[in-house]
Amino acid sequence: MVKEYMTAQEIAGPLILVGEVSGVKYEELVEVELPDGEVRRGKVLEVNEDTALVQLFEGATGVSVESARIRFLGRGLELGLSRDMLGRVFDGLGHPKDGGPQIIPEMKRDVAGAPMNPTARDYPNEFIQTGISAIDGLNTLVRGQKLPIFSGFGLPHAELAAQIARQAAVRGAEGEFAVVFCAMGITFEEAEYFISDFRRTGAIDRAVLFVNLASDPAIERIATPRMALTAAEYLAYDMEMHVLVILTDMTNYCEALREISAARKEVPGRRGYPGYLYTDLSTLYERAGRIIGKNGSITQIPVVSMPEDDKTHPIPDLTGYITEGQIILDRVLHRKGIYPPINVLPSLSRLRDKGIGEGKTREDHANLANQLFAAYARGKEAQELAVILGEAALSPEDKAFFKFADAFEDRYLRQTIDENRTIEETLTLGWELLEILPLSELKRVKPAQIEKYLKNQPKKAEAA
Amino acid sequence: MTEGKVTGLIRKVSGPLVVADGMRKARMFDVVLVSDKKLIGEIIEVKGDLASIQVYEETGGLGPGEPVESTGEPLSVELGPGLVESIYDGIQRPLDVIRKQVGDRITRGIRVPGLSREKKWEFTATAKVGDEVGGGDILGTVPETTLVEHRILVPPGVAGTITKLSSGSFTVDDIISELDGDGDGTKHELKLMHKWPVRVARPYRERLTPEEPLVTGQRVIDAFFPIAKGGTACVPGPFGAGKTIIQHQLAKWADAEIVIFIGCGERGNEMTDVLMEFPELTDPRSGEPLMKRTVLVANTSNMPVAAREASIYTGITIAEYFRDMGYSVALMADSTSRWAEALREMSGRLEEMPGEEGYPAYLPARAAQFYERAGRVICLGKDGRIGALSAVGAVSPPGGDLSDPVVQATLKVVKVFWSLEDWLAYERHFPAINWLTSYSLYHDSLEAYFRTEVSEEWGEMRATTMRILQQEAELKEIARLVGVDALSNRDRLILGTAKAVREDFLHQNAFDEIDTYTSFPKQYKMLRNIMTFNRQAREAVEQGVQAEELFALPVNGEISRSRYVPESELDELDEIEGKIGSEIKGLIEKRVGAEEPV
Ligand SMILES: Nc1ncnc2c1ncn2[C@@H]1O[C@H](COP(=O)(O)OP(=O)(O)OP(=O)(O)O)[C@@H](O)[C@H]1O
Ligand SMILES: [Mg+2]
Repeated sequence: MVKEYMTAQEIAGPLILVGEVSGVKYEELVEVELPDGEVRRGKVLEVNEDTALVQLFEGATGVSVESARIRFLGRGLELGLSRDMLGRVFDGLGHPKDGGPQIIPEMKRDVAGAPMNPTARDYPNEFIQTGISAIDGLNTLVRGQKLPIFSGFGLPHAELAAQIARQAAVRGAEGEFAVVFCAMGITFEEAEYFISDFRRTGAIDRAVLFVNLASDPAIERIATPRMALTAAEYLAYDMEMHVLVILTDMTNYCEALREISAARKEVPGRRGYPGYLYTDLSTLYERAGRIIGKNGSITQIPVVSMPEDDKTHPIPDLTGYITEGQIILDRVLHRKGIYPPINVLPSLSRLRDKGIGEGKTREDHANLANQLFAAYARGKEAQELAVILGEAALSPEDKAFFKFADAFEDRYLRQTIDENRTIEETLTLGWELLEILPLSELKRVKPAQIEKYLKNQPKKAEAA
Repeated sequence: MTEGKVTGLIRKVSGPLVVADGMRKARMFDVVLVSDKKLIGEIIEVKGDLASIQVYEETGGLGPGEPVESTGEPLSVELGPGLVESIYDGIQRPLDVIRKQVGDRITRGIRVPGLSREKKWEFTATAKVGDEVGGGDILGTVPETTLVEHRILVPPGVAGTITKLSSGSFTVDDIISELDGDGDGTKHELKLMHKWPVRVARPYRERLTPEEPLVTGQRVIDAFFPIAKGGTACVPGPFGAGKTIIQHQLAKWADAEIVIFIGCGERGNEMTDVLMEFPELTDPRSGEPLMKRTVLVANTSNMPVAAREASIYTGITIAEYFRDMGYSVALMADSTSRWAEALREMSGRLEEMPGEEGYPAYLPARAAQFYERAGRVICLGKDGRIGALSAVGAVSPPGGDLSDPVVQATLKVVKVFWSLEDWLAYERHFPAINWLTSYSLYHDSLEAYFRTEVSEEWGEMRATTMRILQQEAELKEIARLVGVDALSNRDRLILGTAKAVREDFLHQNAFDEIDTYTSFPKQYKMLRNIMTFNRQAREAVEQGVQAEELFALPVNGEISRSRYVPESELDELDEIEGKIGSEIKGLIEKRVGAEEPV
């Protein structure tokens, strides 16, 4: 029934140009059979009259123009879905990788996913407690948010992502949780770190893993996050679970995309990445969210390693333009031995203010966070000034801010990898740190809040 | 309208671009229906027999040999009652109706009219049979929402004598009036609705210079970088700097009669935010929900790219239509960079010669055409009513780099520049508008308004404040080298005053119930207090009082808390002014008293 072509004309990188075809559709799934019976999959990138340009997910190594048997399947790339996926490990194209049996699918879905209607979205506003002060207190994660970790080589993003996956909880809320883990081009060791962490905590039973390692075909990575998100959508909206999706590392994904673009000889955008990188990334990140009337949700934590720690590199830059904030890891903090080395100043959670406050966390949360941000920024400024002028030349206020910044890094940011602070602990810690500062400098918190939460302010009586 | 209808066959599919054969007779920018799925597209290039079509829906599954049919009509929007409170995609399909039809996800080949054909509107005729009318004349009105009286206009280009017109309950498709065309015997049938091609600017009688500010309630904007009603502004900034929040703030609080918000290639949740929040928020002037004056156009980043390109034209055409009724309309586009990127993607697929950063060479021209559709005008129609369309576009340059071609193309045409900077955002100084590099070219044309409506001394006060901020920047450089203590007492006073301006006036928290909006009277009093303090403190400094003593006065605390004073209790701010005088005087007296015995 499906016609088979042996009319490959050209092979360039992961692309095959097939001639003399008819009835081929844009974006349809393709199978290429090699003489030894191996079958690879690909999709149609362009059709022009009777030629079709096909991108192979597993690469074209070993494919020859002479012998490739090409079949167009008339549908997109699909993933079979079932609840039994929980606890299983798949490769980047959705085949079981853990030696277990094939999944018997309840249904199949095209992995491309259709865009969510903005009117169907429910606004994310439920506070997720991660137990990490720098996140909960200042850059709060909310259910249904997409909040990436911007990292660099050698920084502990894996540890942080795993800690979030382990500790994330919505207090007082019911419903099932699941983690979907999507590895793209990471090393075996890093993948093992996650898998063994999931095993250690028993989280593996509630996890679905899609793993494309550095040694696996690069082009396959283009399909992997779509597989993972299709599984996540099934768990969230069909099974009504709250799903946390970890996508690591988006930089490898983007490089695979660049490889295709280069093979197609497209006009490159910045640093050789295709001009449609923004749009392409948005079709992944925008799959996070909540839907009105559905109990499940998808929260995304993509990991982006910034080449040369440069936040303006196209990958972190375009990611930041799509996601709802970013958690930025910092090499200087890391060198100081602070874990998690989150630089809170350029970090941001745009949904913070919807997820905190009275009835969610506490009424003083937003103002306290703003005050801590402002004070830490000023403290860092004072520390820079001190490098030039010497600490003695600072004004008394600046000295206080200097001290505050150190204490903030040491007590607020720093915690251990298993430390799970409640939001109350985090808020209390914040107020304790504010005691270092003169009362007159506390402009972002309201007088009534100072009255209520600031414990040992020496100048308190005097100002009142 | 069958003329121009052409059918052809698909030859090539590449992303949102479809090339069809047999289209020699097709017209540029006509709408075509692609394949049996009847996906909507628009012709963007005709070469011989081949037409290049940008398709507004996903093209997966299309292939050569499938039919393409041109409708013979350009891409148009439906204009009439029912626009307000709607949320449309980039080509004016109501997203809420789509959801009812096909569920939570947007599928393909859905065709829904922009205006409901079922809903009946109460039309009250104000013209009468026998009147000679032309384009822009008002036939009557429809109460569209509690905030918007929808004026039914004779469409531009249509004229004649009214032979039929009656009040009553009509759908947008019913004929409400007939005109006898001037002499030539043509009969025009008019409905509550008419169509207009989105890429053609709607005509007006005369363009006027703007003379009133669009009052936004955002202190840094209103006081320092105001935009006029009918003006244009550009908000560039890196991610997370606050472009969307500023535009949301304007959409909420600007004193416009109609607000059009275009989410062009941005986040779905941001549109949801507006949809959920606006019906809850009340307009400070009328007390009605803000949604009752708002039209949303949402083509989020994950929706088809070509429709993103169309979305800003859809939005501005709707805006012009309300302007034509004599309203003040404010349009926000977030973000025009995504529009430009859609343009670039199509240009790349058409294999056009790329210009800077791969953008097509016609990018600046297109940007200029868009912003030129803003303005303050005398509308068509006999009554000479005045309408205004203000346009504010966000720009998202890569890495926040202002040399980006989209930023540059925009700055060439707009008159106000609000420069958002990440270092301000990191310090959580919001709105993160850089007060030294931003500008407004409307100060002169708005001066008369400020003098009569705000205060005689407003212009003077603003200039002084700006000077202090400028001096602060210079002094900070010096202080960085020699330390603050090495500065003179006077200079330390300048630093202190500048800090008060920044932290107590420019900084404004969009999420605080009271701080989110500040009326002109309150802005005036807040700034006046800071400047009064500065003036009197200068005198004190002359008498030898130290700047630090002055800033330790309790009244400073009250100045910084002024932002939380409700609009109904502005007298408190006048009391603060009194306290400034007495507290500083107290310091001077103590000083002089201490010196005398010597
Ligand atoms: N006026 C303000 N008051 C308080 N917070 C603000 C204000 N403006 C911006 N913010 C903070 O900054 C965050 C980012 O703002 P916003 O979403 O407008 O950025 P953006 O420039 O539109 O970014 P992008 O280009 O990625 O869309 C907000 O979520 C909010 O936390
Ligand atoms: Mg934005």
